Amino acid sequence: MRRDRLTFGMMIGIPLMQIIVFGYAINFDPKNLPVTVVSADNSVFSRDLVYAMENSGYFRITGTAASEKEAARLLDLGDVQFILNIPENFGRKLLKGERPTILLEADATDPVATGSAIAAMSVIAQELFDRDLKGPLSHLQAGQPPFKLVIHKKYNPEGVTQYNIIPGLMGIVLTLTMVIITGVAITRERERGTMENLLSTPVRPIEVITGKIIPYIIIGYLQVTLILLAAHYFFHIPMVGSVPLLLLVSLFFIVANLSMGITFSTIAKNQMQAMQMAFFFFLPSLMLSGFMFPFRGMPEWAQWIGSALPLTYYLRIVRGILLKGNGFSEVLVHLWPIALFMSIALTVAVGRYRETLD
Amino acid sequence: MSAEEKPVIDVYDLKKSFDGKPAVKGISLKIRRGEIFGFLGPNGSGKTTTIRMLCGLMKPDGGHGSCLGFDVLTEMSKIKENAGYMTQNFSLYEDMTVGENLDFMARLYGISSRKDVVAENLSRLGMTGNKNQLAGTLSGGWKQRLALGACMIHNPQLLLLDEPTAGVDPKARFDFWNKIHKLSAEGVTILVSTHYMDEAEQCHKLGYIVAGELLTEGSPEEVIKKSGLVTWRVAGPDIWLLSEKISELPAVAQVTVFGTELHVSGYDKEALYRDLKPFMDGKWAFEVSKPGVDDVFVSLMEKRGDEGQ
Ligand SMILES: Nc1ncnc2c1ncn2[C@@H]1O[C@H](COP(=O)(O)OP(=O)(O)OP(=O)(O)O)[C@@H](O)[C@H]1O
Ligand SMILES: [Mg+2]
Repeated sequence: MRRDRLTFGMMIGIPLMQIIVFGYAINFDPKNLPVTVVSADNSVFSRDLVYAMENSGYFRITGTAASEKEAARLLDLGDVQFILNIPENFGRKLLKGERPTILLEADATDPVATGSAIAAMSVIAQELFDRDLKGPLSHLQAGQPPFKLVIHKKYNPEGVTQYNIIPGLMGIVLTLTMVIITGVAITRERERGTMENLLSTPVRPIEVITGKIIPYIIIGYLQVTLILLAAHYFFHIPMVGSVPLLLLVSLFFIVANLSMGITFSTIAKNQMQAMQMAFFFFLPSLMLSGFMFPFRGMPEWAQWIGSALPLTYYLRIVRGILLKGNGFSEVLVHLWPIALFMSIALTVAVGRYRETLD
Repeated sequence: MSAEEKPVIDVYDLKKSFDGKPAVKGISLKIRRGEIFGFLGPNGSGKTTTIRMLCGLMKPDGGHGSCLGFDVLTEMSKIKENAGYMTQNFSLYEDMTVGENLDFMARLYGISSRKDVVAENLSRLGMTGNKNQLAGTLSGGWKQRLALGACMIHNPQLLLLDEPTAGVDPKARFDFWNKIHKLSAEGVTILVSTHYMDEAEQCHKLGYIVAGELLTEGSPEEVIKKSGLVTWRVAGPDIWLLSEKISELPAVAQVTVFGTELHVSGYDKEALYRDLKPFMDGKWAFEVSKPGVDDVFVSLMEKRGDEGQ
């Protein structure tokens, strides 16, 4: 036990990590969700509305979009969580008592992430103009709000949690199996002594690594297929976007995880250690990627860690393609961090893989 | 084998340490084409480490030289392509069949006609019937045979065999050595480490390594001659008791028990005879004999031990 410092570290590290994450990072009541405003009105009232939303703490206005199309793209990319649509002549219609419509579009792929903000919005709508509409205008606040609030939950209108979880599960399963199996596979070669034989032949490290990786890529694709089939036939998850695109993107993610596993196996002294390292990588992926808890609900430091993990981006891509119908250009935004992670991990893996027994 | 021909293994002062602890402390070897070089030494003396440095598996910390004409420091991959290395512990895949293992090795060496090569090797090893048996289920001796076949699949001109006959029955050992002699006659250079003295005596040249240093080197005759040792063989009753008494004598450098025989060695022929004479009263049979390589190695070890103190 004293000799195996890594095991000891893990035994302390894993509970510590869990305490920190569960204690501080979890938040099912995410605040400061980014909103973009599409406004055709410049009245006091629309400015007040925006101000009240920010004040509630649930919304953070990131800017205004020139057109609905531009705003829709931001929502597709996941850059913003909401679009606030203020119609033309909102202020004037309000004063006339015509009850104009405010449209709040939400990216509801993760119902948990938007739930409380949407609830808060209804309260704002109810109370907002109590102050503005005093005196002669007080008739406008007769019981119901002076404008209609329409909330449009896009991508997952019924708020089915499975819609969010099942696609995410794909990334979780891939991370878990890909990192562990490669990590253990190469360490096992060393433990059993077959590595010595392998190294005494003229094969190059890159050849050994490709030889190891290719069968696992196939396994990874089998897993993806299995989950997609289950998602379609058992859970009736909508598949709006292109499945071939998803399969293509998955390749980067699978290779990124495999390289990570190989890197671990070059550090680990035995299979047990490789397993532990894989787990140490898996836990933050599980907890800080936005799979377990809404990403935007996490404190900034947790988001920073999450942003370094490939799973975070893969989750966005999978949800984006399946639920939002993201095409290649939207996917690209999240693909490059995965590709970057993959290149670094692969370089480290090949670089650390020794051609000698030293 | 012309004398001017460059030795296949030609290394000077190879050194290797692990975590600051020296395992090999400057070993120089010259092995010519077609030679069988026997590498001997007690456990942990650095045989495996030296062999690994020769076949490109480990980079020496110090020293220089070449193996098959390739630099041991810079052309390790070239050495790997052209040498065959059989590891001390079985290092093929236990969960693959005999045929699959051979095929895999052939692939690693980039052999094009793999099917033919595998079939040929199977029949040569007498393992055609075991083709579909899992390598892990073979007996120890058969594993060794398979490993030998596997490291020779690319017909290397240099074989580095690390204790290839450990745990192998006498008949299989005999077959193995026949094969080694045949290969040597064909011009293949062979470095083989072993703990068996009968095998040592079959080698063209021997090297004896203790604690990372080469103590003696040469043909078995040279090694014996160089040691200057004189050995008496003693047979009779209670030789264990006798060995205790004899080892006290001043001229006796070492007494070893070999089965029912004692080997009594010393460096001074006359003095040894004088000391032993009182015991030659007919109870035991004394006979002057040529020392064996084993006697030489034991004496070298003891001498070194004395120096160490
Ligand atoms: N990879 C390694 N890491 C640390 N020490 C090592 C390593 N390999 C060998 N050693 C040490 O180097 C020394 C020489 O070992 P080596 O395996 O070369 O001996 P050997 O002569 O082959 O012994 P044996 O007859 O038991 O096979 C030993 O003290 C061993 O503990
Ligand atoms: Mg050894």
